[in-house]
Amino acid sequence: MTEISDRIPPPAPSVPPEQIKAIPVRHYGRWVAGVVIIGLLVLIGIAFSNAKINYGVIPDYLFDPGIVTGAWTTLYISVLAMLLGVVLGIVIAVMRLSSNPVTSTVAWVYIWFFRGTPVLVQLLLWYNIALVFPILNLGFYKDEMNQVMTPVLTALLGLGLNEAAYMSEIVRAGIQSVDEGQTEASHALGMTQGKTLRRVVLPQAMRVIIPPTGNEFINMLKTSSLAYAVQLPELIKKATDISSTSLAVVEMYFVACIWYLFLTTIFSIVQYYIERRYARGSSRSLPPTPLQRMRKYLRMFGSFRRPEVAR
Amino acid sequence: MTSLAKDIAPSTGGQPMVKAEAVHKSFGLSHVLKGIDLEVNPREVFCLVGPSGSGKSTFLRCINHLEKINAGRLYVDGRLVGYRQQGDKLYELKEKEVSAQRRDIGMVFQRFNLFPHMTALENVMEAPIQVKRETKAVARERAQQLLDRVGLGDRIGHYPAQLSGGQQQRVAIARALAMQPKLMLFDEPTSALDPELVGEVLDVMRDLAADGMTMIVVTHEMGFAREVGDSLVFMDDGVVVESGHPREVLMNPQHERTKSFLSKVL
Repeated sequence: MTEISDRIPPPAPSVPPEQIKAIPVRHYGRWVAGVVIIGLLVLIGIAFSNAKINYGVIPDYLFDPGIVTGAWTTLYISVLAMLLGVVLGIVIAVMRLSSNPVTSTVAWVYIWFFRGTPVLVQLLLWYNIALVFPILNLGFYKDEMNQVMTPVLTALLGLGLNEAAYMSEIVRAGIQSVDEGQTEASHALGMTQGKTLRRVVLPQAMRVIIPPTGNEFINMLKTSSLAYAVQLPELIKKATDISSTSLAVVEMYFVACIWYLFLTTIFSIVQYYIERRYARGSSRSLPPTPLQRMRKYLRMFGSFRRPEVAR
Repeated sequence: MTSLAKDIAPSTGGQPMVKAEAVHKSFGLSHVLKGIDLEVNPREVFCLVGPSGSGKSTFLRCINHLEKINAGRLYVDGRLVGYRQQGDKLYELKEKEVSAQRRDIGMVFQRFNLFPHMTALENVMEAPIQVKRETKAVARERAQQLLDRVGLGDRIGHYPAQLSGGQQQRVAIARALAMQPKLMLFDEPTSALDPELVGEVLDVMRDLAADGMTMIVVTHEMGFAREVGDSLVFMDDGVVVESGHPREVLMNPQHERTKSFLSKVL
């Protein structure tokens, strides 16, 4: 048995203890994996560069007026269809959660149908809607359905109504994620159901709704290419049109891919900032934006000081 | 210090603020309230104590119609809660009318239930603007005053996640007071707090009681009940077992059930 006095820790030294300088563990597996992956990437690169693809024409067509208007059409049909999907999706989500059995069943059937059938089929159905309603008669407006259903309207309805089914499920999950105590507190203050939803529940549900919605929008940018089948002059249709005369078929798809990547990248950045805005109150401090982070790094390099070790 | 509740709406006449007559409540098969009769007078601090599951929180939630009662009558300030009686028929009140009744009844929850996406100030301003249609300037000034009075005048821009439990509960009390209620319901307001933080919330409640607010407090803080309470009810298994002045009941319980409960908590 050691003496009790031995166990009492010595008084804290006035000089800080020596920093630990240990030999780090070697991760040989990581090196092997890294080499294998880089090797595979190089092989794929070589294969593509030896392919019978005329990469030189890609820059020539990148800003071709047809391609640019096609990209613009893709963008605005996606935005409009998404807007329709979000607004209708919120309505259907609220209907689905309603205690009225008729509205909740209608919402359920809507989701069941529009989520259960391919978008391409839905687009084609809208395209041929004149078979069901040959004449559109709104009382103040009457015309042949074939005149009304332009490619833009067809694509908007096809893509937007399909999106609404998905959005309603996302919104419902968001609404249900908000603690019931929030609704109770709001009711106890004398707020009505509608006010509670608008002022208390939906703003908090947004935090859950936004990330998958961004995902849906990026999906929409690409799914809108299916509107090619209903003659909408969007990016893929334009690219195909050009390729049929220029014979640069695969090259034109590369051009389209570059535009799709550009658009999805832009919206990923937008999404980041929207998410940040709705994170208010959920964490003690917001994460820095990429710009703020970059400025911090620049300052660090500028002063030639080593960053202080946090832990 | 100015009074916390200087704008307490005067009660109508000499009738009790809350009157329960044979109130029953069931959730499915479980019979939670089995005939509660009690009266709470204006300016009274009325404490509800009892083991968990005895129905005290449920009864509190019935008072502002967060729960519907199944039988009996419940009046607040002389008006039936949640219903309108014509002849011998009861009509359910519309959503708007229920909301209007709730306006005059403040409630403080065990888990605070502050709106996490709003700052302390915005939490307190929300209901006056949305429900009472007060202007922003008026609501802001009152909210600032109320937060000053609960000792959080320097925290108005903080979000709930940036406040301690005790601070959050004090914001929640200010939020309820912003609607100038004539009755305050407290549902175990200190049960979710660290022992160190209980005192600051009880201090605010003590001030409120001194200002003459009618308060119904579900609590396990026997010290607070004895010191501040005007009457106390001990509930068990959905019935009122014993009631009287807090000092009487706590010091000299008559029923075996009350004795055994108090022997464990005091």
